[in-house]
Amino acid sequence: MSADRAAYYRVAIRRRRHLDVAFAVVGLGCLMLGVLTLTVLFVEMAVQGLPRLGIDFLMAFPSRHPGEAGVLAAWVGSLAIMAVTALAAVPMGVAAGIYLEEYAPRNLLTTIIEINVTNLAGVPSIIYGLTALGLFVYLFGLGHSVLTAGLTLALLILPIIIVATREALRTVPDSQREAAYACGASTWQAIRDHVVPGAAPGILTGIIIGLARAIGETAPLIAIGAVTFVAFLPPSPVSPDFPFISLDWLMAPFTALPVQMFNWTVRPEEAFRANAAAAAFVLVLMTLGMNGLAIWLRYRLRRQTRW
Amino acid sequence: MSPAIRCGCLSVLLSLLVAGCAPSESRALVRIDGSSTVYPITEAVAEEFQKARERRTWVTVGVSGTGGGFRKFCRGELDIVDASRPITATETAACRASGIDYLALPVALDALTVVVGPRNPVSSITIAELRRIWAPEAHAQVLRWPQVNPHFPDLPLKLYGPGTDSGSFEYFTEAIVGRARASRSDYTASEDDNLLVTGVASDPGALAYFGLAYYRENAHRLKVLGIVPPEGGEPVLPSVDNVRAGRYRPLARSLYIYVNGRASTRPEVRDFVRYYLARAPELVDEVRYVPLAEARYAEVREAFEHWLAGGRPAAAVGERG
Repeated sequence: MSADRAAYYRVAIRRRRHLDVAFAVVGLGCLMLGVLTLTVLFVEMAVQGLPRLGIDFLMAFPSRHPGEAGVLAAWVGSLAIMAVTALAAVPMGVAAGIYLEEYAPRNLLTTIIEINVTNLAGVPSIIYGLTALGLFVYLFGLGHSVLTAGLTLALLILPIIIVATREALRTVPDSQREAAYACGASTWQAIRDHVVPGAAPGILTGIIIGLARAIGETAPLIAIGAVTFVAFLPPSPVSPDFPFISLDWLMAPFTALPVQMFNWTVRPEEAFRANAAAAAFVLVLMTLGMNGLAIWLRYRLRRQTRW
Repeated sequence: MSPAIRCGCLSVLLSLLVAGCAPSESRALVRIDGSSTVYPITEAVAEEFQKARERRTWVTVGVSGTGGGFRKFCRGELDIVDASRPITATETAACRASGIDYLALPVALDALTVVVGPRNPVSSITIAELRRIWAPEAHAQVLRWPQVNPHFPDLPLKLYGPGTDSGSFEYFTEAIVGRARASRSDYTASEDDNLLVTGVASDPGALAYFGLAYYRENAHRLKVLGIVPPEGGEPVLPSVDNVRAGRYRPLARSLYIYVNGRASTRPEVRDFVRYYLARAPELVDEVRYVPLAEARYAEVREAFEHWLAGGRPAAAVGERG
């Protein structure tokens, strides 16, 4: 009897182990499919683009001669837009996240806002571009400028930052808040000195993932009037005369890396395709750099937090 | 502030600094947008112009299609619009409504080339045959080559063409079908002409039409069809000479720039247009379009100066190819 039962369990256990292995294999297969596709794409891009890559490529303006064309205006444009995006989206997104998570009462209005924020994160980016065209370009009269582009992408990544901030705040144990209150801290003091520092790694990761998404966006930039041929840099934000800071660059016409890349892929000359690949490489490096920064910051901050 | 947040602020500040390593005085700006067909010419001129001016004048060139370009132009957002077809009545009305006067200047010629796969034995086609292929009535009906002409090889007919937003589409449908924008829609349409080239190059039964520059760049892997003129006779190939002499009909067209009247009072816009017309013969050929005859450029230059001096534009400049 007991031998029967033992045999039965052995069979059952073996079957479950097989299932276990089978799932691991399927899972690994799915993972490899994604990773391999990415690797193949990356290698092909590198092989096509690397011969063009170099300091000249980074420091040259676009040209009709594929060998002389470069991405200077494009990467500077991308960087300037990212600066505006970060300055607009980060304070707003983090503040909104903190309010929703720490202050907002649980009622119908908050629920509606929450559902909306989550849904906004999934709206196609072209919709943001068209909204911004009507709002920033025509209604506010900001023109087809760096400022408009930065604000558009800020709108686009705002939901991402809000959601990430809230997730990060939720990981801070309530005991931290309660301990702060017990010592007589106000809500704001508790948040400023304990909750936000504890959630900082998660918030930063969210911000940088948002910015990394924004830097690759093409459709909204084209919708708000990114131009393809720009052979100059926006005016410098620092000026030699008083007041030493100039905001002219915000109103300058712009191009960005993805827009420049797109233009090169549709040119008749085959040689422009190598340029497009090289520009893609620069873009991927910028994105990887931002993600790397996120990982490093998270690592450093995690080491500081103990609870 | 935690060190990490401070570090974040610092990096934002740094990027602000890097974003502007250019000198700070603001400059004269010429805004151009419009047709993707004209873009390579304008880009070449803009590149040379900014070099010649040592980048003291800014020129931006966008690509939003002839239609999109005219919409912006008639709202007064552009100084010059690139156009691969003349302005339409609706667009003229829009411009007039916002008080914008303009002058059309032909700058080059383009030929819509009809190409097939390199292994296709067909070498010429008539306008009537093209109409049979592309008319709206052919939709889901004309699917094999012999349906067009019994002498054609028995291959499936696979069609490629530009997207409906492009000036090429409007021009081709007008010239072939007789009505602008009337076309069958069961074909592979793409705004990216390279996609059309790739599609046709790999398929013996395929047929496509697109601008001459894309054919000249890919001539080794495509076969171009001669077009039999409407009144009959020998098929004509879209060579530079044939296009310029007006023998490649009806698929040769003029490419234009339209200059905003108010903008033309600004010296940078005037200078840019003058530079454009002076360098066009050489630059147009370099980007693989067909330059106008030298005498024609002289006429266009003269018309522009006449207009600047306050004269009425000679109607012929805008209309004649």
